[in-house]
Amino acid sequence: MSGQSQRLTVVPTVTMLGAMKARLVGATRGHALLKKKSDALTVQFRQILKKIVLAKESMGDVMKASSFALTEAKYVAGENIKHTVLENVQSATLKVRSRQENIAGVKLPKFDYFSEGETKNDLTGLARGGQQVQLCRAAYVKAIEVLVELASLQTSFLTLDEAIKTTNRRVNALENVVKPRLENTISYIKGELDELEREDFFRLKKIQGYKKRAIERQLAAAKEFAVEQFAEKVALQKGISVNAAHNLLNDAMQMDEDIVV
Amino acid sequence: MAGKAQLPTSNSALIAMIADEDTVTGFLLAGVGNVDLRRKTNYLIVDSKTTVKAIEDAFKEFTTKEDVAIVMISQYVANMIRFLVDGYNKPIPAILEIPSKDHPYDPAHDSVLSRVKYLFSAESVASGRR
Repeated sequence: MSGQSQRLTVVPTVTMLGAMKARLVGATRGHALLKKKSDALTVQFRQILKKIVLAKESMGDVMKASSFALTEAKYVAGENIKHTVLENVQSATLKVRSRQENIAGVKLPKFDYFSEGETKNDLTGLARGGQQVQLCRAAYVKAIEVLVELASLQTSFLTLDEAIKTTNRRVNALENVVKPRLENTISYIKGELDELEREDFFRLKKIQGYKKRAIERQLAAAKEFAVEQFAEKVALQKGISVNAAHNLLNDAMQMDEDIVV
Repeated sequence: MAGKAQLPTSNSALIAMIADEDTVTGFLLAGVGNVDLRRKTNYLIVDSKTTVKAIEDAFKEFTTKEDVAIVMISQYVANMIRFLVDGYNKPIPAILEIPSKDHPYDPAHDSVLSRVKYLFSAESVASGRR
């Protein structure tokens, strides 16, 4: 997990630095949002967990009640009722409709039961025990109600479980992979840019030095030339040789310097 | 992904059943039974003569049918094909394990409920640590 291996391969330029910074900002914001989503989903998930446990417990009671109602109906209407019921099946009158609930961008299916058309079993138990049969029917419809509720809870549970896993994976990926990589890239680009700047500075210094030396050399040459000319002039005026004039001038300069000091 | 399975647009679906005769009779009385054009029913009555293979086939058929939203299965029947029930993880159709008259309901065997309990205990441990 060294800094060098975990960075994007980019050209270290100022433009790229800006782009990387923008991406880091985006990643940070995305991370925060996903974290919030994950929290919201978890809250929902816990609520559903509680509801499922409650519904499973109530399911036991409801099923017991409906079984008992069926036993009663059988006792009153006779064992043969089940054959009548089994033969009477044509098309379902009790059906399930699904709708979707949106929780933090996750679509959870919810089931509703509804009855459609007339029940075919109206005449069942006409001879005897009709009331018990109808009671039994009501008990089972109630059972269906609880079971459909439980089914939608269970479906939500599975869907949410999946969604939470995906979201957490994304959150972790952003936090542990994408963001460090971008940060590494940014620090790499900054380092490279600093290096370039130092190089530039050094080069400028070097050039300055060269220029300074060149100017000094020119000044020295100009001075020498001036002295030469002056010496020639003096030589011409006093009628002495150029060398003697030089010596004269040097002595004068020495004296000047002594005065200055 | 498993989360993408959706109901058909017709938006009305059936409840399928795999259970003993009494339970099936009760629910048929309530009106969930359906026989389609090919004389196929949306329920399977399990008695002592029903083979595990037949239950497996029915389970597979109900879970792959498009117009089935919920599959109710008696717990003792689910225990016979436990590997199939546990291996099933799609949200639709939902698998519901229901108690039957002769077999008391045991929450420990329920595939979903065991996960619920597991998460519950894990979460309470986690929250206790905080």
